[in-house]
Parts: sequence; C-alpha cells; structure tokens
Amino acid sequence: MTARIGVVTFPGTLDDRDALRAVRLAGAEPVSLWHRDKGLHQVDAVVLAGGFSYGDYLRAGAISRFSPVMETVITEAKAGMPVLGICNGFQILTEAHLLPGAMLRNNHLHFICRDQKLRVENAETSWTSDYSAGQEISVPLKNMDGRYTADEHTLDELEAEGRVAFRYLDGNPNGSLRDIAGITNAAGNVVGLMPHPEHAVEPLVGTGRTDGLGFFTSIIKKLVNA
Amino acid sequence: MSLDTVKHAAETPDTGQPWKELGLKEDEYARIREILGRRPTGAELAMYSVMWSEHCSYKSSKVHLKQFGEKVPANDAMLVGIGENAGVVDVGQGYAVTFKVESHNHPSYIEPYQGAATGVGGIVRDILAMGARPVAVVDPLRFGAADHPDTRRVLPGVVAGIGGYGNCLGLPNIGGEVVFDECYQGNPLVNAGCIGVMKHEDIHLAKASGPGNKVILYGARTGGDGIGGVSVLASETFESTGPAKRPAVQVGDPFQEKLLIECTLEIFKEKLVAGIQDLGGAGLSCATSELASAGSGGMRVELDTVPLRDSSLSPEEILMSESQERMCAIVEPQHVDRFLEICEKWDVIATVIGEVTEGSQLEIFWHGEQIVDVPPRSVAHEGPTYHRPFARPSCQDALQADDAGKLARPADGAELREQVLKLVASPNQASKSWITDQYDRFVQGNTVLAMPEDAGMVRIDEESNLGVAMATDGNGRYAKLDPYTGAQLALAESYRNVAASGARPLAISDCLNFGSPEDPDVMWQFAEATRGLADGCLELGTPVTGGNVSLYNQTGETAIHPTPVVAVLGVIDDVTRRTPVAFAKEGQLLYLLGDTHEEFGGSAWSEVIHRHLGGMPPKVDLSREKLLGEILISASRDGMIDAAHDLSDGGLIQAVTESCLRGGKGARLVVPDGLDAFTFLFSESAGRAVVSVPRSEELRFTDMCGARALPVTRIGVVDGEEIEVQGEFSIALGELRTAHEGTLKGLFA
Repeated sequence: MTARIGVVTFPGTLDDRDALRAVRLAGAEPVSLWHRDKGLHQVDAVVLAGGFSYGDYLRAGAISRFSPVMETVITEAKAGMPVLGICNGFQILTEAHLLPGAMLRNNHLHFICRDQKLRVENAETSWTSDYSAGQEISVPLKNMDGRYTADEHTLDELEAEGRVAFRYLDGNPNGSLRDIAGITNAAGNVVGLMPHPEHAVEPLVGTGRTDGLGFFTSIIKKLVNA
Repeated sequence: MSLDTVKHAAETPDTGQPWKELGLKEDEYARIREILGRRPTGAELAMYSVMWSEHCSYKSSKVHLKQFGEKVPANDAMLVGIGENAGVVDVGQGYAVTFKVESHNHPSYIEPYQGAATGVGGIVRDILAMGARPVAVVDPLRFGAADHPDTRRVLPGVVAGIGGYGNCLGLPNIGGEVVFDECYQGNPLVNAGCIGVMKHEDIHLAKASGPGNKVILYGARTGGDGIGGVSVLASETFESTGPAKRPAVQVGDPFQEKLLIECTLEIFKEKLVAGIQDLGGAGLSCATSELASAGSGGMRVELDTVPLRDSSLSPEEILMSESQERMCAIVEPQHVDRFLEICEKWDVIATVIGEVTEGSQLEIFWHGEQIVDVPPRSVAHEGPTYHRPFARPSCQDALQADDAGKLARPADGAELREQVLKLVASPNQASKSWITDQYDRFVQGNTVLAMPEDAGMVRIDEESNLGVAMATDGNGRYAKLDPYTGAQLALAESYRNVAASGARPLAISDCLNFGSPEDPDVMWQFAEATRGLADGCLELGTPVTGGNVSLYNQTGETAIHPTPVVAVLGVIDDVTRRTPVAFAKEGQLLYLLGDTHEEFGGSAWSEVIHRHLGGMPPKVDLSREKLLGEILISASRDGMIDAAHDLSDGGLIQAVTESCLRGGKGARLVVPDGLDAFTFLFSESAGRAVVSVPRSEELRFTDMCGARALPVTRIGVVDGEEIEVQGEFSIALGELRTAHEGTLKGLFA
C-alpha cells in the first residue's frame, strides 16, 4: 500500500507545493487539503506547510489555528495521527496547543534565509526515525518569527522527556532558547520545526542537499509498516 | 461640492481648473479641451493628468524608445512584444516566459519600506496579467554612499520592504545587484524584475472587446493611498523644500496579493477572461482607458460600485488612486458567476463595475450621472510626444580626457596585495549576503541558481528539466563616461552572465534610469544610451521585449549617473547542466577566455583606490561576446567546465576571489606572458570569463576554443587554502573572506 499524506493550504501558505513534491519524491501519495474543508480525505498523516498564512496578521499562525480543517487536525492528532508542522506550520501547532511554547520575532529583527545545520536530538518520532540520534543535517532556514520560546519549566520538561527534536548547530540563527529548532509532543506523532526539510529533497535545487528527505521516508515507513 | 458632470462641464466652459497642480502643462490642458470640444470634467482632468504624466505616457522618451521596435533582430522566440503589460518569449516545449523590469525609485526614497514593497507587487501583477504564474523575482538596487547616514535609513528599509513583500508572496528572489555611489544619494534606484511562466495557449492580453462583456474589478478595496503617484512622484524633480509627498506612496498588502495570484491563476485555468489588466500606476484611469483603447473602444463604468476603504473618496480620487493588489478583467456574461465563485473561494472581493459597449467612448458614471465621456485612445495611447532638445554636455570631453591609465599603479607585490584586499572589501565589491539572506531564495522548490551566482536560474519543468535564467546589470560609471558604450556594456555583461550559467540568452527587458528630460545633457545621455542598447540588441540577436523608463532622478540640478539596467533572459534545456561560479574541485585548471587590455576607465580599481571617474569605459565587441557566450554554453552542455565566472567590475581578481570563497578552495595564478600583474588582476576589459576545467576535459575544451578562434589562456589551478599570484603575493582565504564578507554587516547590521 502507499501512504496518503495530506498538505494543508491556508490562505497565504507558500510551501505547500514544495511539501507535496517532497511527499511524492519520498514515495507517498500527496493529497492537497483546503483550509475551509473539515474533511481530511482519508490521509494517513498531515503536513502543515510553511508560508505566511493570513499574512501573519495578529500573530503567525493565530488565525489559521481556528480554520475548519484544524478542528479535524487537532482531534486526529490527539488520537495519534502523525502531523508535521514546518515553519508557519510549527507556529500553527503551537497556537493550536498541540505543541508547547511560541515563536517570537528573530532577535536580530531581520528575515533570515540560509542553509542551517541541525542536530537530530530525537530519532524516535514518527517523522525522524530514518535519522540517527545525534546525526547532523543541513536544511534551509527562512523566517522572520523563528525564535522559540517557552517558560523555564516547560523547557526543562522538554529536555527531560527528550522532546527537543532538533537543535541549531554552528550558531543560533534567531535567539531560540536552548538552541531549539524543533520539538515533538510526548507521543512522538506531532513534530514541529522552523527549518524546511521539504526544501532539501533534491540534489538539483535549493542548497543541493537531500538531508530533508528523511522526514518523509520516516513517516512512510511507519505508515506502511503499521 | 457639487458633482462636475459632463453636462455641467459643457455648460461652464470658463470654470478654472487645477491642471497645473495636477502636473499638466498649459498646452497639454489646451489639447484636452480641443479633443473633448469642451473643458474636461474634474474626473476627466484627473484621468488625463495621470495618463499623460511622464511615467505613463513616456512623452519625453518615446521618440527614442521607438528604435527598440525598429531595430529588431530576427528572433523567432518573440511571442508578444513591447506595448503589453510585459513581453513574452517562446522557450520551447510549449512554454512561454514573460518577464520585465520596472522602477519604483521615487516612492522608495520617500518611504523606503512601502516604496520597495509595492515595487515588487506591481511588477508581479504585470507578469500575472499576461496569464503567467510568477516564478521568481530579481532586484537591481542602487544607493548613495555606503557610509552616508541617509543610506542607513534608505537601504535597510528597501531591503526589508522587498523581503517583507516578496517573501510573503512565495516568490524566490534569485538575483539582482546592489551598487553604491554618491550620485544616488537623493535618488536611490529601486528596480524590480519578475519572471512568469505559462503555456503558449494561456497568454492573455490587456484588451476589452465584445460588447456586453462585463468589466470586473477584483482584489483589494480602493483607498486614498498613492493618489498622484505617477504624476507627482515619478514625473518631477524632488526639491528639498515643499510639502511632504508621503501620501503619494502606496501601501502594500502582500497577503492580499498572494490570494490575488492564486485566484487569478485558477480563473485563467478555467479560461474565464477575455482580457485582463493589473492596476498599477494611475490605477483605474489606466486600467479602464487602456483596456478600452486596446479593444473596440466602448466601455461604460459605474464608478460608485467600486468597493472602497474610505467612503468619503471623490470620483476623481477613486480614478487616480494607486491602491495596490487590484486587477481588472473583461469577462463574457456566461462566465461571470463562475468568476465570482472562484474569487469567493480565495476571499477576494470582486465586483462587476461596468461593461464593454458598442460605441467608441469610455463613459464613466457616478450614481447615474455621467462624469467621463472620452475617446479612450486619447487618454491611453495618444498622449503628448516631446522632442526634447539634447546636446552633448560641455564637460564630456574633459571627462573622457581624464584618462584612468595615468593613475598611480601599485609598485610591487605588497602593494598589489593591499589593493586587492581593499577592492574586495569595498562596498560595491563586497559580499551582498547580508542583504540577500533577507530574501527567500528557496520557496517553490525550483531554484537551481541564486545570488551570488552570475545569473539566477529556475527549473520550469520537473520532467524535462527545462529552465530559465536571468541576470541584471548596469554600470552608471561606464555610462557616465560614454552612455552609448555604457548601455552596450550593461547589455554585454548581462548577456555574459546568463551564458556563464549555461543558458542561452533569448531576449531582454530594460529599466532606463536617468535625470530630468528637461536638461539637454540628460536627454543626450538618454538618446545615446537607447541608441547603444538598440544597436547592441540588434547585433546580439536579443530583442527588447519591454521595460520601463524612470526620469527625473535628480536632486536640484544634479542628475544621477545615466543608469540603464539590462535584464537578459536565457533558456537552458537541461538545468542539471548549469554552471555555478564556485571553484570547488582541487586540481582543476583555470582558463581565462578573451583578451585583456589596459582598460581602467570607470573601473572599480580607479574608484576604490583613487576615487576617480574619468577616461573611456572598456571597449565593446559584441561579436566577441556572442562567441564567448557560445563557448560557455557548449562547454556547459557537454560537461567540459565545472565552474565559470564572468569578468566585469573589479576584473579578474574579483571574480577569482568570489569563485574561491564560494567553493571554499584556493587558487594558484600565474601572470600570463605579455601582461603585467596589475593589468591581469584589475583590468575590466569586456568579453571575458574565467572557467574551471577538469584535467580530463582540458584538451577538448582548448581545442574547441582554438577551432572557434576564442583566445584562451591557462592562468592557474584550483589549489590550497589561499589565492597566490606567483611571484607577487598570496592571501589566505580566511583573510579574504573576512575582508569580503564583513563590510555590509559592519555598515548596516
């Protein structure tokens, strides 16, 4: 069987076509999901792609979190459906309280677009099992509001439970607390990160690396073997 | 105030009108009265004033621009030429590409963030209106002196505006330029280019035909921003005194534009429009008159149906408003419902504001009363034409006689080394990554090359790997010394950059930035530059598909350097064959292609070391450029080279530095016989490139150059951790990187 992986388009989503391509290149069936449609069309997993949904107005992700499709995504995620939030998708996941913490404006106050080195801290989530713990990967980072923040207690808890999934290496690009680039929920099915693995799946384009492909092969293996 | 209807205007011929305040000249106002056979209404006067502005009517430039339509090279790629929103070329496999460069100079000085942001928005809508999906943007920028306090105000705002708008639209920013020169202190140049892709059958034109067809305005509501943007801002010289012009700058909403793009593309997909036009400069005045003028002529518009942000706007203000993110479509009645449905899906407001009529007049009504009754051609296409006087400036001879060859040259290797470090760290030659890292170059997942590569390149077909490339270039210093040659050098450099990436140059767009056309010196520069560009395009076989003229770039009496910016578009059949600039493989051989002469007029070396501008710019040999291009393209296609970098400002040492830093590898260079080290490193002779050749390909590559009679000289090898010029000096890559990459960060971060 082939896994069906949905990618949600909100108004202002930008990297949806890239995420659909990454799903296809990894070998799964990509399915477009529309923000106004509550139905998830029998997908096995959902990707919330990057962009500026609703123009980042109010707060990044704050409006999208209330869209019809998110009602279903929130319910299903709590029931164990794998969900990956990339950049704006990560912001939406925190706004939806599927992941703790929040993203602030980068500490240097500029948009930053660069190739970013990360360490995979947790290789046991639904989206990271094809990596090994401690593995270093490089994927593009591009955002304005990427500075991860949470209270000390939450941060300690994330660290203690191994829920920091990715950490920035070779320089923290935005002032994220404890160099956190991405986190997972306790069950390991919901993962969010600011860098863009869907932009690192082909040797030809982007930075020329394919370090991001593992996110998609991880989830496919999990779904197909399930 | 009572409504100035057509009837009222006919009855009150002697009512005084503010034509002068709206930027019209006395004879222009007289001509409007003559066309109409009465005085214009307030609304008509508003329309004529914006449409007859320099920015919209090209009244000072069009007698020169017509050469681009006369000196047309035989080129079967051209599908749509000058006159539409943007030109369109055939790139094969059923694909067509549309592209254009425009200016948003004046607004960006007054309000850097919004000026630059809406510049991006405007060019993207032009491309969209042709039926294409926008796939990439580029931004050629020019600022005043890098260390001037006002540059610290303008540059960060412009960069944030381009990023803030473009990043939010989801368009990769793949190229452009950043140049500093004190001549741009009060007149920064913010040019913006966009590339769009479509299938041949999807090309849309801006015309309203078919009586009974509906006129639909969709996108953002109309507000009071940008009123008079084209007539007040873009068509006059700034004075240091006078009222603030900030209200004439538009305010952008990229989120709305992103919805407009997706909504419009879905409408195109279902083939629902008969004609389409974006609303940019001159807003509804422009869209309605141009659509009607290009069609059968007749159109009736109910202006009070236009959705407003501010209900107190007068009809004149609605006609002149340059509120962003709006489009105007001509739709057959049976498609209107579906059109509105798609707009609703994307949360885009759409309103039927009128229809195409049998007649030949553009008629606009306000709550049932007629306020406009004009022949649309007289507004849109038959504006005034000026034959402005021009004369070679009296100081030109002295400028050209001030030969840069006489400047003191470095005495020994130590001084050469010191000057190389100074050069690569100078603001114009330094790394621009502090700026370009604020732009998203990855979105859409098709970016094959982006700055600091010679050209930006995107894949347009995932199956076949067909792609397009674009480079933009312009050198105001060269053009100041000799505008004819300067324009050709801009063309040649852009052409060379595209070829160096492996793509075949197809056609160009230009953005011509000059001072006041009322100054004969400036008009001479303009006449010379357009003549040079038209002659050059004819010889290179790359037609001008469209572009933009920006005049009045001057503060008081002082004009900017004449700055023709040329964007060359190229096509590459297989993007996997592209050539990057990075010297990444140790042991590969470095070859210099082309001839090096003692040419330092207008050079980066003369600027950085001596703060000098004089003499003649490098000579242009376009047949050589063409040959060099063919060699670079063949070598890329057949896998004979792994890297190529064009040689332009800064000369060979600048190119080698960039390629070494990009690849993280050093180079050992040998000064070729017949050249001195200084000329070898710093000359800016045109028609040259440096390439990195795998040893296995050396013979095949040099044989090909020999057979085609292109001079080729082995100058070194990729090796080690430093750049060494044998017998002269060496500089560690780390030291070069610190010098090259620290400058902009130090100035602006």
